[in-house]
Amino acid sequence: MADESRHQELETTEAPASAEPAASPPVPEAAEASGNRVLSALRGILLPALALLAAFAVGAIIIIVTDFDLLGQWGSDPIGAIGASWSSVMRTYGALLRGSIGDPGALFSALFSADWEALRRAFGPLSETIVSATPLILTGLSVALAFRVGLFNIGAEGQLYLGSLFAVIAGFTFVGMPWFIHLPIAVAAGFLGGAVWGFIPGLLKARTGAHEVIVTIMLNFVSYNLINWALKTEFVQREGRPDPISKIVEPSAVIPPLIDGLRAHWGIVIALLAAVGVWWLLFRSTKGFEFRAVGFNPRAARYAGMSISWATVLSMVTAGGLAGLAGAAVILGGSGTLSPGFSPGYGFDGIVVALVGATRPLGVVAAAFLFGALRAGATPMQAATGTPIDIVVVIQALVIMFIAAPALVRAIFRIRAERRMGSEVFAKGWGS
Amino acid sequence: MRKHPSAMVAMLAIVMLILAACTGGGESPGASDPASMAPESMAPESMAPESEAPDESAEAATIKACMVSDVGGIDDNSFNENAWEGMQQAEAELGAEVSFLESRSAEDYARNIDQHISDGCDMIITVGFLLGDATAAAAEANPDTRFAIVDFAYDPALPNVEGLVYNTAEGAMLAGYAAASWSKTGIMGTFGGINIGPGVTDFMDGFIAGMNYYNEQNGTEVRMLGGRDPNNPDSGTFTGNFESTDDAKNVTLGMLQEGADVILPVGGPIGQGTFAAIDEQAADAVGLGVDVDWTLTVPEFSELMLTSIIKRIDNSVFQAIERAINGDAPEPVFVSTLENEGVGIAPFHDYEGEVSDEVKAALEEMADAIIAGELVPADHYGE
Repeated sequence: MADESRHQELETTEAPASAEPAASPPVPEAAEASGNRVLSALRGILLPALALLAAFAVGAIIIIVTDFDLLGQWGSDPIGAIGASWSSVMRTYGALLRGSIGDPGALFSALFSADWEALRRAFGPLSETIVSATPLILTGLSVALAFRVGLFNIGAEGQLYLGSLFAVIAGFTFVGMPWFIHLPIAVAAGFLGGAVWGFIPGLLKARTGAHEVIVTIMLNFVSYNLINWALKTEFVQREGRPDPISKIVEPSAVIPPLIDGLRAHWGIVIALLAAVGVWWLLFRSTKGFEFRAVGFNPRAARYAGMSISWATVLSMVTAGGLAGLAGAAVILGGSGTLSPGFSPGYGFDGIVVALVGATRPLGVVAAAFLFGALRAGATPMQAATGTPIDIVVVIQALVIMFIAAPALVRAIFRIRAERRMGSEVFAKGWGS
Repeated sequence: MRKHPSAMVAMLAIVMLILAACTGGGESPGASDPASMAPESMAPESMAPESEAPDESAEAATIKACMVSDVGGIDDNSFNENAWEGMQQAEAELGAEVSFLESRSAEDYARNIDQHISDGCDMIITVGFLLGDATAAAAEANPDTRFAIVDFAYDPALPNVEGLVYNTAEGAMLAGYAAASWSKTGIMGTFGGINIGPGVTDFMDGFIAGMNYYNEQNGTEVRMLGGRDPNNPDSGTFTGNFESTDDAKNVTLGMLQEGADVILPVGGPIGQGTFAAIDEQAADAVGLGVDVDWTLTVPEFSELMLTSIIKRIDNSVFQAIERAINGDAPEPVFVSTLENEGVGIAPFHDYEGEVSDEVKAALEEMADAIIAGELVPADHYGE
């Protein structure tokens, strides 16, 4: 109660201040919205955080149950087994954390030692998190943008592959260009590749009403096989290699590392700029207003004179382009060569990222870093404790489950339901 | 009122979990020593009685050998698992410290190798040609670390990398001979997943060579469906992937229809489609496994398995680690052959009684001749 009344106070004192210049009726409403924004932002973080906590708890049970040595101990020495289970879980999650953020002690001492090698090693885990987060931000934005227009883009994976194919071709075809021309061309080619792959379902939806879920899923399969075929053509396949692998991109098309010796590259800057761009597009531009209006209520939007077809095509092209950028960032910033199946499902994880990030650009960035950290931490976790990397996939899936069932999380943590429901239209179901 | 305290409790719980994870992590470096996970296999006291060269092995021992699997994972019933068996053998017999990391996608290759390097591995074994690029890059960046890669060789060679390759045609030739002797219809079939030479095609070519040799020796006219013309690299019957058992099943059904009764599918897991087809048709036909002894790894079809053409990846990995421990210079291309027991055929198991002693004797003669260099599969690819 105290909190709420103080909140009321805040709003009433704030409202007149901001009302003075305009002094028109809608302003108090706007002020209320800004006051609520803090609260709703907190709520927005709370549910995913609790879902994460619940997922880690279930993950811990899975770690214990799948450890046969521990299970044996439960039979013979239950009390010792509790301690052993606890330390096993803590060791696993500790390794996961150190693998994604780094050892706090090592980070601290490295910062003061000014030893280059120690610094590089201490920042290695963070660098790996950035490497994994980069494509997730972009595919997450891709899915989130389409969601805002009421479209379910399951095809980010296929768009990513097309983007990587275009980027790698642009990367090895142009020889002798300076990097500041070549690199933008290669990155833009990645965007173009994804955009083409987003254009198809967008156009089909706008013209014929073909459901984008079906079309994008099918296009994923088409893209896999297109890549397989392309990698066996003389133009793309590397000389002297019998297996499907592309030529290596020119050094001028390589996205340079943020710091020499670490794998994190400037692709993260591209991804963050894209997040800002999507935020501006959605919340500050006229087109974005149309996008969101169509997403909220297509009939009303059409009545207001907006073109649903245009919004559908344009948003799918942009969404596809963002996923294509992810492909370009992975290839140009990583191995510099394309092989089939290089993506561990960045496109599909993008759906999770968009969901956890509540389809907000900032949320997407945060969620992408979270899942990037999980992914990066999984490797050292496997090395240190022998816990299979799949536990991370399980935790990821559990997070989705808990987020998709907010009532469940509320019930577990005894949180009252939000009063204002339905402000986030996440997915509009099949008929929309 | 009510919701805020519980939310706070939840937040507190998260913070505590993270803190606990940190402190737990602080203690773990000692506890998470991989050796503690496999206590029985280190068994230094069991090493002592053997004492072939006690002084040397005691000094040179305990190399840290680390493996990176490809996307198949460590329990793929195939070459990753087989490579890991070689690692475990090296742990038991040579006292090497071993560990592995699984890759879930191509993105993991470089990351896993880097992880091994930062964990202080002396030798890194990467499994499969898919890791070719990542291994080369890591080997150039870490000239002091020794590498070995299964199923791949570099041209030009890298000074600190061993390419472990397999002359599977030798084993396949034996299998082809045995299969031709078993065939009742005088028609056999073979097909591959993807036309990747020599990893896939050597099996097919060697199989054909074995059949041709059988015909030469016995004046028979056993013939091959599908397969390929060994002299034309672009020819051949391939399903186009290494995933779809259905595609393999369809190809097999076609071959059975045309009277083939011995079929060699070359493509890892897709081969199970062949056995499913034979099983479904209740055909009086058999299939052959590749890479490992499928009677053991795919026991549900063991009744339909004449034999398997095996690549002893475990032996080659073991030998590579042994060379590293002995301080031998890396072999840029290490070819596993019948001679060094790197390739061969599996026992006939259920078909032991159906392969005549004559044929078995002939197979042994052939093996000797191949080892002596008198019999070369490539000479029997036909015209």
